[in-house]
Amino acid sequence: MLSKTNLKQWLSLVCLTSLLVMPAAHAQTAEEKGLEIAKERKARDRGWGDSESTSIMVLRNAQGQESVRQMRIRALEVQGDGDKGLTIFDEPRDVAGTAFLNFSHINEPDDQWLYLPALKRVKRIASRNKSGPFMGSEFAYEDLASFEVEKYSYKYLRDETINGEEAWVIESVPTDRYSGYSKQIVWTDKSHYRVQKIEFYDRKKSLLKTLTFADYKLYLGKYWRAHKMTMVNHQTGKSTDLLAEDIKFQVGLTDRDFDQNTLRRIR
Amino acid sequence: MKNRFLAMLVSRSGLVMVCSLIAIFVMAFGAQNLYFRGDYKVFFGAENQQLQEFEAMQKTFSKNDNVSIVIEPKSGDVFNHKTLKLVTEITEDAWQTPFSTRVDSLTNYQHTEAEQDDLIVDYLVSEFADIEITQEMIDKTKAVSLNEPLLVNRTVSPSGHVTMVNITVQLPDKLDQTADVVEVATFVRGIENKYSERYPEHNFYLTGIIMMNNSFVEESMGDMMTLVPGMFLAVLLMLSLLLRSVLSTMATLLIIITSILGSMGMFGWMGMYLSTATVSAPTVIMTLAVADCVHIVSSMNYNLRQGMAKRQAIEEAIELNLAPVFITSVTTAIGFLTFNFSDVPPLRDLGNLVAFGVMLAFVLAVTLLPALLNLLPIKVPVQKQGQIGNMEKFADWVVRRQKMLLPVSTLIVVGIAALVPLNKVNDVPTEYFDEDIVFRNASDFMDENLLGVTMLDFALHTNQDSGINDPEFLRVVGDFTTWLRSQERVDHVISLSDTFKRLNQNMNADDPAMYKLPQQQDLAAQYLLMYEMSLPYGLDLNNQLNINKSSLRITVTMDNLGSGEIVEMENDVRQWFAQNAPTIDVTAASPSLMFAHIGEKNMQSMLVGSSLALVLISILLIFALRSFKYGLISLIPNLAPAAMGFGIWAVFVGQVNLGLSIVTSMCLGIVVDDTVHFLSKYKRARDKGQTAEQAVRYAFASVGRALWITTLVLFTGFMVLAQSSFSLNGDMGLLTAMIIVLALAVDFLFLPAFLLKFDKKVYQGGETEYVEQNESKTMA
Repeated sequence: MLSKTNLKQWLSLVCLTSLLVMPAAHAQTAEEKGLEIAKERKARDRGWGDSESTSIMVLRNAQGQESVRQMRIRALEVQGDGDKGLTIFDEPRDVAGTAFLNFSHINEPDDQWLYLPALKRVKRIASRNKSGPFMGSEFAYEDLASFEVEKYSYKYLRDETINGEEAWVIESVPTDRYSGYSKQIVWTDKSHYRVQKIEFYDRKKSLLKTLTFADYKLYLGKYWRAHKMTMVNHQTGKSTDLLAEDIKFQVGLTDRDFDQNTLRRIR
Repeated sequence: MKNRFLAMLVSRSGLVMVCSLIAIFVMAFGAQNLYFRGDYKVFFGAENQQLQEFEAMQKTFSKNDNVSIVIEPKSGDVFNHKTLKLVTEITEDAWQTPFSTRVDSLTNYQHTEAEQDDLIVDYLVSEFADIEITQEMIDKTKAVSLNEPLLVNRTVSPSGHVTMVNITVQLPDKLDQTADVVEVATFVRGIENKYSERYPEHNFYLTGIIMMNNSFVEESMGDMMTLVPGMFLAVLLMLSLLLRSVLSTMATLLIIITSILGSMGMFGWMGMYLSTATVSAPTVIMTLAVADCVHIVSSMNYNLRQGMAKRQAIEEAIELNLAPVFITSVTTAIGFLTFNFSDVPPLRDLGNLVAFGVMLAFVLAVTLLPALLNLLPIKVPVQKQGQIGNMEKFADWVVRRQKMLLPVSTLIVVGIAALVPLNKVNDVPTEYFDEDIVFRNASDFMDENLLGVTMLDFALHTNQDSGINDPEFLRVVGDFTTWLRSQERVDHVISLSDTFKRLNQNMNADDPAMYKLPQQQDLAAQYLLMYEMSLPYGLDLNNQLNINKSSLRITVTMDNLGSGEIVEMENDVRQWFAQNAPTIDVTAASPSLMFAHIGEKNMQSMLVGSSLALVLISILLIFALRSFKYGLISLIPNLAPAAMGFGIWAVFVGQVNLGLSIVTSMCLGIVVDDTVHFLSKYKRARDKGQTAEQAVRYAFASVGRALWITTLVLFTGFMVLAQSSFSLNGDMGLLTAMIIVLALAVDFLFLPAFLLKFDKKVYQGGETEYVEQNESKTMA
């Protein structure tokens, strides 16, 4: 019964089935899965409109000494581009009233202005640098800027349980060469697409910092916000806690509240 | 009892050998725990005040361990397309250095300028190397950098002929950073190799704290690799010449090896680490062990030549030498044990290690050595000898010339010793390395062409949050910076006052008249906030400011100064603040300052240690010689050699470093051996009623040759150590070798003349008694 023709037929059948099966088995590459999760994370956070909060930053050095910064943060969601943000510093006293306005962009440098009350002038910060420390803390400006899908390329690594939550572990590589990082490892929980932890790797690919998120609260029945973000620098032994105190959503902020010309009137 | 023990050693040779070899094996097994620490911090105990202040400052600001890559274009000008391209490339690669947290170069300097109401903060040339460098960029870089106090004299020389890329690394906090140091150094050397190939028209020099640490590692390893085998070779040569027997030489070698293995092993069992100082321990132990063995083996040879049976020859050799070898071992050990007074942990370790090694060598020399000698088929032909030795002739000469010898030798001793105060305590870490070492060469080059490697950090504490923005404080900082720059010895100052002046100018439309400090606290604070928000990763101000902006760090780089001048600079700064700004707390710290202080402090502690060694050894001698008088007399020949050695050192070198602080203690313990042997023989003759003259002749005849030989052995051993390219060990070896020779001269010339003059009293009614023959046979 068995003949060459038969064998040929058998083999073609095997080939055919494997061809049919393959797309299913390779339905998603690790890159695609990572991107999908990132997209869903962004999608779930869409529509919050505007917000206002008070934040405290507690800086610690390797010696254990502490220093506190206090500020109010206003944010406006922008569809199709990065968000707008306004940060008004309250502490330390000698920078009280200084206001920092930023329009974050996806593919070009952010626009940044600073109102200096002592000079009574608005100054534009013309710099592509965004990897330096924010207010001397362990947070870089880029760590605080709004999350945009296009800022990174993604790769799903594995599943892991973190803070009691099932999570995806995804490697995110910044697309902007001016970023201070070579990559970030991000833990996003499966239940609500909340980021639980991020490891930052410096340009020489060594672990630089770890950011952990805690005290997540739900706003408007949809938006999760962490009230405690702790950044630890493994290389210097310094750390910073960013504590959000009082977050209010949809307080009626508009583009006019984020205008460089009105910056100096901001209280 | 004693004799039975000695007899047992010989009769049960096999058992003795097996037991001692097992014991050595167990001890040596601990060597696997040994590890090597190459970083300079080993020189400072945890309780060291300067180290504590240094570490506190590092934690408050940031660490500034660094590697500097100095680039010298052969054209003599760095402001050209090729060199700037090279600098951008090296800068980008430098960021890949393991543990690096900051890279400062001409091309990544954050230059600020104003454009209408914009503050532009940007790389002076470029962040990335893949850009086209235009003539316009070159001109701008030259114009900016040569006028920027933060760059000129540091990143670029005023004439623009050399430039430097500085890499700051943060090594993880752990005890042993050696592997990390080597990793960083290897990486940076890789960069150097890569670019010297691609840019052959440039010279490269690597220096900085990390390269210094790396050289500590490399030179210590190098010492291990060359000195220990060199010493073995020297020992082999000496032994075969002195003992004229292959088997005796083998037996002695085995004692040396087991002494070293045993002591290094015990060191390992105790959880100690090796360091730049302790790597010289094997050489020193070897040298001292040889001396023990030579005494015993040559006694045995002498006995054999006299026709004695081998067993008896060995037994008598041990019996004759047991006491003197024990006493000299103990005095040597005491000398080394007083290293425990040192403030430098590796020196304490060295002292304990060698002290243990010396006592172990003694034990092995009187147990394993006789066992081996008995087991090995050593044959020495019987020989009748009636010749008058050279020593006897020499003794005649000394006795004849005593009237001249005493005043002349006294004059020489006092004259040379009087020069001792001309020595200056000086610890310059870079000068621990010979000039032919690459690191030293690079450091010297940088010192001559750009800036020195002596760094001093001053932290100014306002003890008030945001206190550094206070205009009054800023005025003080500005004045202090100006004062620092007016000092001849200062090469460069990193001060935030320059940044503030520049920002003030930028914020006022780049008006050069506004290059001055802001006059309001809030203005200063807001300028700083704006500037900080514009800086990229790694180029922030965290190395100059603490987190609550109450303290400011000013980094001063100076010429390669001696420790005295560094301490003087520190004092001048404190003085300046006492006069000009008494409310500001100032702390000073840096590795240079740590070395500057430890040199002085250690010298004082070691003076106490040496004095104690002298007292203990003298007491021991009083007991050993059973005479208070001779114990006191021994003080002179024990002290004079070290005093003369340092006197000669003052003429030829004049600088005393950490390594030399231990020489006095060590030499006391070693040179005392000569005195012990000479005086004990002299006293023995005197006790038998001989005159001083006869006793001197007897002492020369009986131990003269032995002293020659041990001096030769010790001299050779320490001269081998002197070959170290690492001056802590090298200088110590050289000076010790010199002192050992001087000691022999003092014992052979001054001491007999002194005894002949001041010890004329005749004992036991002047009756001359024949001194037993056996005593004069010590050495053949």
